[in-house]
Amino acid sequence: MSPEILLQFCVAGVTYGVVYGVVAIGFTIIYNTTGIINFAQGEFLMLGAMTAVSLHRHLPLPLAIAGAVAATMAVGALIEVLFIRWLHRPSVLRMIMITIGVSILVREAALHVWDEKSHALPHFTGDAVSALALGGAKISPQALWVVGVCGVMVLALSAFFRATRLGRQMRACALNRDAARLCGINARNMVTFSFVLSAGMGALAGCVVSPITYVQYDSGTGLAIKGFTAAILGGLGSTAGAAAGGLVLGLLESFSVWALPAAYKDAVAIAIMLGVLFVRPSGILGSAEAARLREH
Amino acid sequence: MAGRWRGAGFAAGLAAAVIAVQLAASAAHKVFYLTQLTMAAYSLLVVLGLALLMGFAGQASMGQAGFFAIGGYVAAFLTTHDLTPLRGRALPAALETLHLLQSRPDAYGGTLLHVDPRAALVAAVAAAALTAWLVAGPVFRLRGHYLAMATLGFGIIVHRIFLGSPHFGGADGISDVPALPLVGGFAVTGRAAARVANYYVAWGIVLATLWMLSNLIEARVGRALRAIHGSENAAAAVGVPIAAYKTRTFVLAAALAALGGVLLTHYNGGIGPSEASVMKSVRYVAIVAVGGMANLRGAVVMGTLLTFLSLRGYFGSLDDLVFGGILLAMMLFAPEGVVGVGVWRGVRRLLARRRDHGSAA
Amino acid sequence: MRTLSRMLVLAVCLVLAAAGAAAAADTIKVGAILAVTGPAAFLGAPEAKTLEMLAAETNAAGGIKGMKVELLIKDSGGDAEKALSLAKQLVEEEKVFAVLGPSTSGESMKIKQYLEDNATLLISCAAAEAITTPVLKWVFKTPQNDANAVRWIFADLKKKGLTKVGVLNSNTGFGKAGRGQLEKLAPEFGIEIVIAEEYDKAAVDLDDVVTKLKAKDVQAVVNWSIEPAQSKVPVSVRKLGWNVPVYQSHGFGNIKYAEACGVASNGVLFPAGRLLVADVLPDANPQKALLVKYKKDYEAFAKEAASTFGGHAYDAYTLLAKAIEVGGADKENARTALENLKGFIGTAGIFNFSPTDHNGLGMDAFEMLTVDANGKDCKFVLAK
Repeated sequence: MSPEILLQFCVAGVTYGVVYGVVAIGFTIIYNTTGIINFAQGEFLMLGAMTAVSLHRHLPLPLAIAGAVAATMAVGALIEVLFIRWLHRPSVLRMIMITIGVSILVREAALHVWDEKSHALPHFTGDAVSALALGGAKISPQALWVVGVCGVMVLALSAFFRATRLGRQMRACALNRDAARLCGINARNMVTFSFVLSAGMGALAGCVVSPITYVQYDSGTGLAIKGFTAAILGGLGSTAGAAAGGLVLGLLESFSVWALPAAYKDAVAIAIMLGVLFVRPSGILGSAEAARLREH
Repeated sequence: MAGRWRGAGFAAGLAAAVIAVQLAASAAHKVFYLTQLTMAAYSLLVVLGLALLMGFAGQASMGQAGFFAIGGYVAAFLTTHDLTPLRGRALPAALETLHLLQSRPDAYGGTLLHVDPRAALVAAVAAAALTAWLVAGPVFRLRGHYLAMATLGFGIIVHRIFLGSPHFGGADGISDVPALPLVGGFAVTGRAAARVANYYVAWGIVLATLWMLSNLIEARVGRALRAIHGSENAAAAVGVPIAAYKTRTFVLAAALAALGGVLLTHYNGGIGPSEASVMKSVRYVAIVAVGGMANLRGAVVMGTLLTFLSLRGYFGSLDDLVFGGILLAMMLFAPEGVVGVGVWRGVRRLLARRRDHGSAA
Repeated sequence: MRTLSRMLVLAVCLVLAAAGAAAAADTIKVGAILAVTGPAAFLGAPEAKTLEMLAAETNAAGGIKGMKVELLIKDSGGDAEKALSLAKQLVEEEKVFAVLGPSTSGESMKIKQYLEDNATLLISCAAAEAITTPVLKWVFKTPQNDANAVRWIFADLKKKGLTKVGVLNSNTGFGKAGRGQLEKLAPEFGIEIVIAEEYDKAAVDLDDVVTKLKAKDVQAVVNWSIEPAQSKVPVSVRKLGWNVPVYQSHGFGNIKYAEACGVASNGVLFPAGRLLVADVLPDANPQKALLVKYKKDYEAFAKEAASTFGGHAYDAYTLLAKAIEVGGADKENARTALENLKGFIGTAGIFNFSPTDHNGLGMDAFEMLTVDANGKDCKFVLAK
């Protein structure tokens, strides 16, 4: 493989990797505050992008995206209030089924609100074929947008968790919910807020990536699986691990196309996930402590 | 509710219903309704296996459609792949001497040499059972989310492999699967002339499966499974070999799913990748949930009803929404199921619980 | 037992509820299985609109030999498994005279044996040569053969002196059949297929697989697909700064596919029927009058640009009408009439059927077209 081609595969891998990373972080935020794996995570990306496309017919692009992110956050809150909040110590199996049910509900609602066609926002700069040269490889300006926006989002999130009162409260809930409650933190609101936060992040990621991948009503499921794989690669529970897991997965997937028929690309990600689950459930990058959590 | 299965009464009632529906359909000159009822019967085999696994052993499987597809695809591949060019090679020759090959004329006047459908059936079910056995070891070391994700991931891999492999027909699947000859001149086939006979064959298989599973549940195995469902630690403490029971149940459920896949593939004359999709697996889970988890009767009733309505297209473009909505509603309001417990009791309990919270807060 | 008796009553009710009236003798039921929605909707939607338009026209004019046409369009969503169940419904429950469609090759391959077994005419709107080769008694098709499309492309490559090509195809019947023909005919034209890759019909991004092609230094890319994913190929090729010619199959013949590529569609080459360039044909062309009329009628009826796919449905419908006109309302006679039809002018070309040729079109049914996306809009033009 020439260095130019090698670099080209890296570009593709990183572009997708950061998106997987954002989905994985979305999983992590909710998992940390609730112990729930939210199977509807991918739907947030789809909803964000679809809403932005609709709003963009009437509003300029930045406003459309802001509106879509806000709307998706509202949906995130609604999901938590309607389907999660009032359940009393549900079993894990029940929670899995509920979030799967919610993801189907959102997806089918999107099918009827919009249609089954794929939609996309326009490229933020340039068009479908504009590309910048990067040491022999070509990189679309939109890919830079994706990497930039997702990167800033991850940094902002970690600052939020460290520097703000709300962020520290969420971390306290993640560490020990009962203790947090005793300290006067409203744990229930923290759960709602975790849904709002991960919905918003997902929606923004969906908007930036849509010019490259397009979105349609059923795009969420595939992204959720990839995001989950990234999350467990990074050791479920760690935000930094999730981001790194996303990048690793994106690169592995991209290079798998080189070695295998392209048709198996999606199977590769799942095989990696099963491999990690079977061999080292604490994740490649995670600590052994996370493995303890699988008893939950 | 997992108590004794009052088998004989239900089986007799079900048999009477099967006969009554056929007579009514024939009298009304609407025998074509039997087609979808036959298809529903075969999908019941997946549902029954899953009910045993989820309801009695308490193990979630989100990848059951994968086993159905392994059964269907292996049977379809073996009974359509022409071995004529390989004639004389070691394996086809060995199969030929064992009378496991069959030739049939194709549509264009040529002949097609392929594996006998009955041998293919055995191979297909064995392939699914073996896969289940291999997967069971690592899968059952996991719990909760990880277990669900692992089975889901298994289902997706199977789906992607069938979708991505040219041998399995890619997005279009395999067609021109021949009839599966059974004893006494019966054959599993979708031909209109054999519709009534096929309807009875399918429901006969369902009844036999019910009988087998109900015996299993009432025997020591059933008690062991219920113990595992109740508390694994307690079951282990009284000496139940948990891992072995879980694995056996998983393999049995997979074999049943594969059997359903093989039979439906012969009945439809083909199979496609959507049979292995995640949504299909979710549907099976939704049916088991609405049937009342540890309730084979509920699974039969709800499985037949929902599959029939779906296949007839009554749900229109809301098809997936219906199954997703059912799953969601069941898990929110009546996790033990409608037919088994009664949705009203579930709702009442829920209301009571909310009131408790209200007064506590 | 109570649930059981309820179930019994319900089941019997369901069966009895649907007592349909027998079709009146002066109507003729025509079934159509089309991908009106789903990934192949660019094919099925114009086909469905065309059929609706034609059936309304026929009935307004008093029907075929006095028989009104009752058109039953079923939406398969492009799913081959669903198509088979719909075919059974049309034949067994509706007792249709003939089935038009399906839109895609995979669906057509899946249901053709069933219609053959039930002695009902199938006039497919899908292109793969394998649908009518070898010939089945009851199965016909209207689009041009993929083998001929391949010959046009290879001839063009040879003219340009290019011999090393990379092939991409989608994993559906059309894509796979096309790849089969490409691999079969390549040696005849001295073309070497350096690499061939298959992608999912629902693929969202093909940058990586196109990169794989680029690494093999091929001189041209040939992409065989009929789903929207095909538009991703020219985009990826140009985005990677790669200037090789891109050939598409005749499955590219809807301007929406070109528009989906944006500026990347400029210069994409593909063989297609003359419908897309009807306006610039010389007046002497025997197809011109019909093409211009269909285009005008369709654009007035559907408020969108006509595509070759709608044209395939137009041909299927008009051929069936002709067969009924000649052979009458008897399935066997109509079939024989269709098989012996010669010199029938359609949108795809001039059909000459015979017992050994159920497609009836030759090499001359194609032109090599290209996309001109230099202006504000994309448009199809004749390639030089």
